[in-house]
Amino acid sequence: MQGSTVNSEQVIAVSQDGHGGHLEDHPDHRIFGLFMFFVAESFIFLGLFAAYLTFRAVTPAWPPEGTPELELLLPGVNSIILISSSFVIHKAEEAIKENDVKGVQLWFAITAAMGALFLVGQGYEYAHLEFGLTTNLFASTFYVLTGFHGLHVTFGLLLIGAVLWRSRKEGHYSADSKFGIEAAELYWHFVDVIWIILFILLYLL
Amino acid sequence: MAQLQVRPLAEENFPEKTGGNWKKYFTFNTDHKVIGIQYLVTSFIFFLIGGALATGVRIELATPDVDFVSRELYNQLFTIHATVMIFLWIVPAGTGAFGNYLLPLLLGCNDMAFPRLNAIAFWMIPPGGLLLMGSFFINEGAAASGWTSYPPLSLVNGKSGEFIWILSILVLGTSSILGAINFLTTIIKMRTPGMKFNNMPLFCWAMFAASILILVSTPVLAGALILLSFDLLAGTSFFNPSGGGDPVVYQHMFWFYSHPAVYIMILPVFGTISEILPVHARKPIFGYLAIAYSSLAISFLGLIVWAHHMFTSGTPAWLRMFFMIATMVIAVPTGIKVFSWLATLWGGKLRLNSAMLFAMGFISMFVIGGLSGVMVASVPFDIHVHDTYFVVAHLHYVLFGGSVFGLYASIYHWFPKMTGRMINETWGRIHFVLTLVGFNLCFLPMHYLGLMGMPRRVAEYDPQFATINTICSIGSYILAVSTIPFVINAVVCWRSGEKAPANPWNGLTLEWTLSSPPPEHNFPTPPVLKTGPYDYGTLDKRGSKKRPISQLRASDILSN
Repeated sequence: MQGSTVNSEQVIAVSQDGHGGHLEDHPDHRIFGLFMFFVAESFIFLGLFAAYLTFRAVTPAWPPEGTPELELLLPGVNSIILISSSFVIHKAEEAIKENDVKGVQLWFAITAAMGALFLVGQGYEYAHLEFGLTTNLFASTFYVLTGFHGLHVTFGLLLIGAVLWRSRKEGHYSADSKFGIEAAELYWHFVDVIWIILFILLYLL
Repeated sequence: MAQLQVRPLAEENFPEKTGGNWKKYFTFNTDHKVIGIQYLVTSFIFFLIGGALATGVRIELATPDVDFVSRELYNQLFTIHATVMIFLWIVPAGTGAFGNYLLPLLLGCNDMAFPRLNAIAFWMIPPGGLLLMGSFFINEGAAASGWTSYPPLSLVNGKSGEFIWILSILVLGTSSILGAINFLTTIIKMRTPGMKFNNMPLFCWAMFAASILILVSTPVLAGALILLSFDLLAGTSFFNPSGGGDPVVYQHMFWFYSHPAVYIMILPVFGTISEILPVHARKPIFGYLAIAYSSLAISFLGLIVWAHHMFTSGTPAWLRMFFMIATMVIAVPTGIKVFSWLATLWGGKLRLNSAMLFAMGFISMFVIGGLSGVMVASVPFDIHVHDTYFVVAHLHYVLFGGSVFGLYASIYHWFPKMTGRMINETWGRIHFVLTLVGFNLCFLPMHYLGLMGMPRRVAEYDPQFATINTICSIGSYILAVSTIPFVINAVVCWRSGEKAPANPWNGLTLEWTLSSPPPEHNFPTPPVLKTGPYDYGTLDKRGSKKRPISQLRASDILSN
């Protein structure tokens, strides 16, 4: 449909690696769809944030008495690592615009390393905190919110891994075919923004 | 044009032709028409299962004593009945089935924006449903704390049944979100050239509004269920007051989804009714833009009224005031729709076939449900009838009298297009009469029961309510029987009914320009709109004005 924007060679090219269903003979809407997905993702986090703020508002003392102070140094460094990784992964998109797949691999690998470092840091923090999941309401929300975010970081690492794996094949990514790279990058930015809000809510407020 | 030379080559890669090949319905198929029918048949099977559970509930309630099932099993029956009807029948049938089948056809494109994602979304439904049904067969039994699963009640009933329930809702909710992403992208990006938002069929507007609700509200339910499962399994106490948690937070999160869910269930049906009425009344729809924008208004207002379910949960008075008024305001856009439909019928040349009968049944039954909705929106009245059979009556008038009547109307209306066969009208009418009589016999007396104070969700009740409950139960048996002529009629006519022409109802929307059933690649070239979707009997009046009649002012028509 809307075939006027697609030339005939592209239609043939798409249909030949067809997947037993329909021609995808229309412009690529995947980035648009990805943003719809981010809307849904945002609302799951918004729901959890709202729950956190309500718990905070209705509990007489927050955090409940006897909760050990949160250490700020480690999570602060961790935040800086994660936020700077967003700038690193952006370099990959600039590289692919120049058709530089090697550059993409380099920047994605660095981003993945930074993401992994973030997760290790978080694991270290978990191991050294003086409260557990069920200690009190604050502890529970702390672990569930950071854990759910950590799950998203892990998924982002998997996406980056998938892009790296696919980029081994010559010509898979190019300046004209870079959806995978863009998608992984946008997702990474999204997870980053969520962390900033989470950090402010849990550590600073 | 280059496209025309390319087509035959492209089709060679897809030898599977439409029609006759029933096996494709059991495969991971990416054709939106196949997926639409997969959704419809699957969800209808779950409708029958949910109906069987409801019949079990009514057999138990036919007498005041506990004599048919145990109290524990009774709780499981009504819990799973509601869950199945909402998450496995009305939501997937309204959005999944008709959304997938109709949107590309109405918009003039060849498929949804993301066909594979679409197939993935469908194939999450059967496992989600089987998981839920399977929970009846584990030791502790299925979830038994009502479809609302309020803690702390849901934390003290059988843990495994409750957890399976949560898991199943998460799977079905994810499927619903993936569907909504597809609908929104398709509506926004894939309309045929020349189709603007303001001349797309009203079903597309309704799906647009419903998809926004799915996208925004379903994730919040997921959040609530994640926290609930931590309470259930990991010993946290987010919602458990004994550990310092707050059960009301769950109620807020739950209703932030579950109130909009009512509109997710009714908006697609509003859409199909707006398609069906003008075709069978042979008149342009009255108030096209008013109906279109009122869908958006309902969608927005639907998001900010959730706490009217919680008037008795210690909600502060000023907040109850806000939610009461906001809820009542929803009657305005809904009323705009109802009056526009009535004005469409007014002076029309009505064709009273099964589709039209169910559509008109929808309007009358839904208005009753809507009016009792305004009643329970009012705080003092709601405090009186909260958790009584009045609420049960109200919600069934909205969801059965509204959504299910509308879904039946849609099935009859698009049956020729979907199957290529006409459905038998006589049996359709018998089905309509049985449904209408059974439905009202079952649910109308419940208003009275509720006002008299009979609580919901109990297996035994005060003997003074016995006679009326027996009447309700007889109504439910008629409802159960009413599905038999429909199923037989649909199956027989699908196999050997009279062949359907391309446009049996003389409709003007794009799906009727295609053969019945439509070819696999819907439109060989992007269709050019020759009329607006509802320009019945007005071609002489449109004259030189190229705009659809639905958007002309009276003065434009008079000046012609």
